[in-house]
Order: sequence, then C-alpha cells, then structure tokens
Amino acid sequence: MISQIIDTFITTIFDVVPIAAIIFGFQFLVIRKPVPNLKKVLIGMVYVLIGITFFLIGLEMALFKLGDTMAKQLTDPAFIAGSDTVAGALRWYDYYWVYLFAFAIGMSTTLAEPSLIAVAIKAKEVSGGAITTWGLRIAVALGVAIGIALGTYRIVTGTPLHYYIIVGYIIVVIQTFFAPKTIVPLAYDSGGVTTSTVTVPLVAALGLGLAATVPGRSTLIDGFGLIAFASLFPIISVMAYAQLSEFKEARAVKKAKKEAGN
Amino acid sequence: MKSMVGSLRDLSPIVLVIAFFQLFVLQQVPDGIFEIIIGLVFVVLGLTFFIFGLEQGLFPIGESMAHAFARKGSVFWLSVFAFALGFGTTVAEPALIAIADKAATVAAEGGAIEATEAAMHSYAEGLRYTVAVSVGFSILLGVIRILMNWSIQYMIMAGYVIVVVVTSFAPAEIIGIAYDSGGVTTSTITVPLVTALGIGLATAIKGRNPMLDGFGLIAFASLLPIIFVLMYGILV
Repeated sequence: MISQIIDTFITTIFDVVPIAAIIFGFQFLVIRKPVPNLKKVLIGMVYVLIGITFFLIGLEMALFKLGDTMAKQLTDPAFIAGSDTVAGALRWYDYYWVYLFAFAIGMSTTLAEPSLIAVAIKAKEVSGGAITTWGLRIAVALGVAIGIALGTYRIVTGTPLHYYIIVGYIIVVIQTFFAPKTIVPLAYDSGGVTTSTVTVPLVAALGLGLAATVPGRSTLIDGFGLIAFASLFPIISVMAYAQLSEFKEARAVKKAKKEAGN
Repeated sequence: MKSMVGSLRDLSPIVLVIAFFQLFVLQQVPDGIFEIIIGLVFVVLGLTFFIFGLEQGLFPIGESMAHAFARKGSVFWLSVFAFALGFGTTVAEPALIAIADKAATVAAEGGAIEATEAAMHSYAEGLRYTVAVSVGFSILLGVIRILMNWSIQYMIMAGYVIVVVVTSFAPAEIIGIAYDSGGVTTSTITVPLVTALGIGLATAIKGRNPMLDGFGLIAFASLLPIIFVLMYGILV
C-alpha cells in the first residue's frame, strides 16, 4: 500500500510537470513578470500532486472495482433467470437490469454535475428565459441516461459502435438546421461537460465488465464506447429541448395574439 | 472545505444508485466491501486536495493569463497560449490518466500490443499525449474561430465527416477508446480555464456577444481527440 502510494506519487509528478512548465514558461518568457503569490502556487501544486495520487489509488480500489462488480453481478445468469440457465441461452432483453442500472447512473450523476449547472444558468440567460435551468438539466440528464443505456445495449448485442455514432451525428446535423441559432454552440459544449472525473472511470469499468461477462463479447472491441454515448446524446437532447421550448413559446404568443384580436 | 463538499456531491449519486441496486435488486454485499469503502474515501480525499490545489494556484494564474492574452496579446502568442493551455490541462487530467492505463491493459490482454510493462506504459503514454495534443489543437482552432467569426456548425459537421471517413480505415480495437476519448478530456481542469479564455476573448473583441461566441471551445475539444486517436490507431 505505502509503496503503491509512493509509486503513483512519482508517476504523477511527471504528469503535472507540463502544466508547471507552461505556466512558468509563459510567465517568465512572454509576460516577463514574477509569478504573483509564488509560494501559494507552489503549495497548490503539491496539493494537486497529492490529490491525483489519492484519486488514482482510490479509483483502482473502489470505482473501477464497483463498475466491474456491478457488471458481473447484473449479467450473472443465476441472477437473471435462476441457477439452471446456461449463459448462452440469454437474449438481449434478459439483461434489462443492466440497462436500468446504466440509466440510473447516467441520470443521477448528470443531475449532480456542477459544470452542467453553470451551463444551464448561461443557457437561461441566452434564451431570455425560454429555457429554464431545471428543464435543461433534466434534458441533458435524460440524454446521458438514454445514451449510456443504449451503449450497454450495444455491448450486450455486440453491434459496431460507429453505426450508432454515425446515426447520432446525422441527427445532430439535421437538428442543427432547425434549432434556435443561439443554442447551437451551447448544445455542442454540453456534450463535453456532462462526464465528470468520477463518472468516466465508473462508466468505463461498467462497459469493460459487461464485455468481459456477456458471452461472445471481447473487451478489446466491445468494452469501450459508453462515454462516447454519454457525450453525444446530450447534444441531441439539448437541441430537442430548445426546439420544444421555442415551439411552446411561439404557440403561446400566437394564442395570446388571437385572444387579443377577439 | 468547499472542495470537500463538491467531491462528496460528485460521488454521492453513484454511491446511492449502487447501494440501491446492491440492497434491493441483487440483495447481496459486494466482495471486499471494506476495501471499496476505503477506496471511496481515497477518491473523495484525492479530489478534494486536487481541486483545492488548483484553486490555490493554477486557476487564478491560468485565468489571469487567459484574460491578459485575450485582451492585448499578439495573435501569435495568443495561439501559442491557446495550444499550451489545451495541452497542459489535458495531460494532467486524472480521468484521462486512468482510462489510458485501462486501455493499455485491455489492449495487452486482447493481444493488440505486447503484454509487457514497457509496451503497456508506452501505449498509455502515447494515447495520453495524442489526446493532449489534439485538445491543444482544438482550443487553438476554437480561438481562431472566435477571431475570424467562422460559423461553428459547419466546422463541427466537417469534423463529423472526417470522423466517419477515418473510422473506416481504423483498426476495430481503437474505435471504442477513440470515441470515448472525446468525453474524457473535458472535465475538472480544462473546462473552467478554457471557458475563461473563451469568454475573455469574446468580451475583448468588439461586436461579439460573450454569451454566444465564448462557447464552442469545448465542442472542438470533444471532437478532435476522436480523429487524432483514430489516426494514432492507424499509425501504431
């Protein structure tokens, strides 16, 4: 345990060197002023090092393990259909607990994601109030939840990842033409901000665990790809939500005009 | 203290959902529950230290630099800074470090690379630096877009077309990790600093709406890594 901590700490130093080099490089060579609060910055960097070290060890002990265990338990033939079933006889719909679990993880982690809250507040300002903060957060969370659930379905069935992603791209392109112009850059960004540092390892481990236990799947080809779903689907759901709000507002305005006319 | 609350909030939905499934659906306690709990404590402690450290030093400097370069720096230095910012913040992203190691292990088990420590290490580093370089280019591209006022839609669509074309040449085992790398890159460190740069730029240029033009930097950072990692897979 101690040697593992020391090992990880030393590797982490090399991981953080580029940031330090960039900041001090720009400060000395381009801005040519001493770094303000140099001591505070250096202490901060030590904290960053300790933080990454503990995070990576905890990840290995808990998050990776949890994702893997959940995948193995939920796909266990004894759990799905009683003890006398052969794994090969299961159909894709027998794995419904996996899809439900994926949906629940996607939904709950996205609703709690702080960077999404910030984006939602900005979206409300951009749209002049047509988009509500909670509406957007639920839209994105639903997008991530459906995305990850569909991603687990893909792993269970073993269909090629790029077919799903290409169809997703086509939907995004079509939506882009019809969505309110102001929301488009925000929607594109929302795909990137939804997957936090904690969610990514858990979801990745879930996918790898699934690919390892579902008969006929390979971790190498089927294991990754869940995060891709989680970053594509929010783009679709945000634009859909924006279109829906615009449509509702337009109808309300029309109705108000009609009533005023009478 | 505030960062502690933040890390707990990040983790609590995961713990709640898993606990619910363990107790009510699976009705069992996972093996090694104590190790898992210690691990979770480590994750919370680690994230707390990490965020606290960033807020102590790196965030204030990064943000003031972003504003300074956005306001008066030459286009050349602004571009160099944009690239360095994307590269530097991605290289140290904890989730990326973890996923790259995982990908190397999986590739070694599946026989795509040699199952030696050295081969796995170099594969993981290769992946990580490929992603970091691509995020560097993404931020650079995003900054040029804001300066030139190009339309983001057409650039993203062109990106999609390139992804589809490159996918058809890429080996099957790289596609999953390549598509995932777009979502992994943009989290704890990258988003706040890059947003500061975008908003700073859009505020500094006359006639731009910071609300509109400030966004869109992250979008490239989730698209270009896909293309770069696919190419990495073709070349390696």
